[in-house]
Amino acid sequence: MGLIPNDDPETIRIMLSYIGVKDIKELYSDVPNEILLSNPPEIGSPLKEADLSSLFESITSSVPEIRLSFTGGGIADHYVPAIVDEIVSKQEFYTSYTPYQPEISQGLLQAIFEYQSLMAELLDMDVVNASLYDSGSALGEAARFSMRVTKRKRIIYAKNANPERLSVLSTYVSPLDVELVSVPYDEETGRISLASLEAQLNEDTAMVYLENPNFFGIIEEEAEEVADLVHEKGGLFVVGVEPISLGVIRPPGDYGADVVVGEGQSLGGYLNFGGPSLGIFAIKSTRKMIRQVPGRLIGMTKDLEGTRSYMMVLQSREQHIRQEEATSNITTNSQLMALRAAIYLSLLGPDGLRDLGRKILLNTEYLRRSIEELPCFKVPFKSKFFRDLPVVSEGPSWKEVNLHLLYKGIAGGFVPSTIYKEFPESLAILATTERHCKRDIDELIDNLRGFCS
Amino acid sequence: MKFRQATWRKSNEVLEPTVFELGVLGRGGTKIAEPDPDIISIVGETDELIPENMKRKEINLPGMAEPQVARHFSRLAQMNYGVDSGSYWLGSCTMKYNPKAAMRIASSDRVRRLHPFIPTEAAQHILRIMYELQEMLSSITGLPHYTLQPAAGAQGEFVGALIIRAKHLDEGERQRDEMIIPVSAHGSNFASAAMAGFRVIKVPTSSEGTIDIDALRAVVGERTAGIMITNPNTLGIFESDILEISDLIHSAGGLIYYDGANLNAILGWVRLSDMGVDVAHLNMHKTFAAPHGGGGPGAGAVGVTEDLKDFLPVPLIKKSGNKFYFDYNVPKTIGKIRTFYGNSEVLIKSWAYLKMIGTEGLRKVSSIAVLNANYARRKLVDYGYKVAYGKERPCKHEFVLTLEDLKEYGVRALDVAKALIDRGLHPPTIYFPLIVKEAFMMEPTESDSLEEIDEYVKAMKEIRELAMEDSEALKRAPKNSSVRRLDETLANRKPILTWRMYIKLKASR
Repeated sequence: MGLIPNDDPETIRIMLSYIGVKDIKELYSDVPNEILLSNPPEIGSPLKEADLSSLFESITSSVPEIRLSFTGGGIADHYVPAIVDEIVSKQEFYTSYTPYQPEISQGLLQAIFEYQSLMAELLDMDVVNASLYDSGSALGEAARFSMRVTKRKRIIYAKNANPERLSVLSTYVSPLDVELVSVPYDEETGRISLASLEAQLNEDTAMVYLENPNFFGIIEEEAEEVADLVHEKGGLFVVGVEPISLGVIRPPGDYGADVVVGEGQSLGGYLNFGGPSLGIFAIKSTRKMIRQVPGRLIGMTKDLEGTRSYMMVLQSREQHIRQEEATSNITTNSQLMALRAAIYLSLLGPDGLRDLGRKILLNTEYLRRSIEELPCFKVPFKSKFFRDLPVVSEGPSWKEVNLHLLYKGIAGGFVPSTIYKEFPESLAILATTERHCKRDIDELIDNLRGFCS
Repeated sequence: MKFRQATWRKSNEVLEPTVFELGVLGRGGTKIAEPDPDIISIVGETDELIPENMKRKEINLPGMAEPQVARHFSRLAQMNYGVDSGSYWLGSCTMKYNPKAAMRIASSDRVRRLHPFIPTEAAQHILRIMYELQEMLSSITGLPHYTLQPAAGAQGEFVGALIIRAKHLDEGERQRDEMIIPVSAHGSNFASAAMAGFRVIKVPTSSEGTIDIDALRAVVGERTAGIMITNPNTLGIFESDILEISDLIHSAGGLIYYDGANLNAILGWVRLSDMGVDVAHLNMHKTFAAPHGGGGPGAGAVGVTEDLKDFLPVPLIKKSGNKFYFDYNVPKTIGKIRTFYGNSEVLIKSWAYLKMIGTEGLRKVSSIAVLNANYARRKLVDYGYKVAYGKERPCKHEFVLTLEDLKEYGVRALDVAKALIDRGLHPPTIYFPLIVKEAFMMEPTESDSLEEIDEYVKAMKEIRELAMEDSEALKRAPKNSSVRRLDETLANRKPILTWRMYIKLKASR
């Protein structure tokens, strides 16, 4: 019993006798003897629920607990409203699967349609897919999408984009005949260098990728100029976006984006040590482009009584129909995370998002000013920042600083050079979210100040 | 079983309205955090904090109050069907019960509020869990090295195909550009191989329902990079010639990729390494009981042999003494396949599941899943249903019927599926695998009780009788779900994918 209702000798006997075999092993008679194990592989004794819970408690108890998280680098510790957890844990959503049978899956289908619709408004784009895995794979898919649509092979990306995402991009296009080209950023402002971009653009450019805000949290002011330059050469402008900034920052669809990708974790999702997250993929609609979109799409239709209803559409793009000709191999996606985003956006609405953006902007500015007042830390660029803030240490090692903070219950900055050697060791990316008030930021600053004497 | 799905109907044309109809467009909503007045008094307002040309003007989202959001999504949930609702025999998806204890653990703040870039000193608990999961998967499959990075099975396939490609390139075998895939394989296999730059070579299925060895022999050669194999295959049949197949591929210099979608059938009975497998992905959301979340997130661990470990994605999770750490020093790595380290929150659920079932549970899971499938198949055959392939041999965790004989009554697999809905049962996977006409792919899993299986097959029996007596009644199904059959042509002719597309279309009419 337990998890397996028919695990009971009498039930097994009844079933075996109906099948007409004498034991379960007979049901494995088609497995060659040489590979049939005599005993199952060892993975440990089974634990009952309460004992599992104790084990988990004991594993976690020895690890320092975080009260305040200031770590940036692509995702940050945003607040998840209680109603989001409440709704996604309803079993009808949580334990269901891909809505292949639309008649009994209208609830999920409509919720995904609403996700696609809400996200389209937030981004000011026309078409949003049901979700991809994360921002990295969304960027990888965007590159392959751009190459299919334009039949070109030059992929240009801004060097101030998130290095995790860029490294996934390079894996995704690695089997293709592709030119991957980077454009540097201005040392003073941290923003993309338009002159360098212009020099790299040519008639074979499939796309240009710009993040806004970029890896340094900087708002890219010349995004519209970038769009014009790309479009002049007939390439696609792909924007990587932090959706939670869009309550206050202009949406990419309004400054010329053809494709928008991004990380939707901030919209009602947890950090989860990096996953699951939500890969956003959106386009401006043209018939040709829609047919090239990767992943699931939910569309509106009617049932035979004329009731408005929803189902998966354009499935002939997908792997289960088109096999090796599909636009992507994706099947399982990040649906529950998209549902989180739908609930979150419905709850906050225009005012909630605007106010949240305002709070994050104010916190970021307060953090920036406070850092600038410290004698041994500085912000290396003169620009406008949202949530993430680059901080250079002029003395203490970030490793020491972060460890010190950790034992005070504070998660410090992400030091990109620990993974990506092109960054200086003195640089860390901090982030502040709506979870923080002045007291929290002051606590961080007081701890940093201690390293300056 | 009598079943009537909840139906929240606003009008003849509309069920539950969308949030765009429920809320006030462009204003209102619920604030979840207030700026700190002490910060405002120092910093001032936000006017100066965004460049003028980058300010957002309007936000065309609906504004709603919390109670209405709660009611809206609760009503939508009631118009959906999950594993906890009832039998969910969706073949190849292993819709087993998801233990709640695993979900509670994964929703601990100690897990979900952990930033991926936290110093590893503060992530020892989660790293230990991921490391232990890798070890258990190694023990189960015999493959010594694992990455937990792929976000789903298909991404695992892509990783596996990239590893195979990298291995051949590393050995200077540039000509190995062909991936062999049986025609019965999951569609994602073909797509993943193509994404990794391979030419796809399809091999047919024999009358037994297994790979046609002669046809395989004919296509294997010096261009063979490998084979992607599912065992038991999508017909629910164990590829008994697996050792011959792996010898054939290996002696030609190719590698064996194993699609783990059907691992639930052989858990604890067969190790992948003993079948000659070089690379495999395992689906945490299928075999290892993580919930499917309406379509995701899942997790697709990839295991490899000693020979292939240098090609795994970075970082690897390793242990030194009592400390767990990330190893980025993998010189021949294929790179990163997703940001960070994988769907950790999903992986924890599978760790918890394996801890709960333990060594002795492995074989219980597979044995009962296979017992249930064989019992159901036998009953259905006794009721007159036809098994597509391999009816003389036991099936594994699933089986595929062909409903072609019902066509003479004007009834298709789709009609039978819709009639199951009216009886409160989730239909099986239909029209897959593509090689079976009017395919009905059924997987009861180990989670259904004998009574539930009897209920399901009884419903199938009644539907078959109805098909022969009054096929029109089946054409009218479903009628107990929140909507009736949908207009698929309308949905695809001019797709309406967002509310703004709908509004635009309405305005143009």
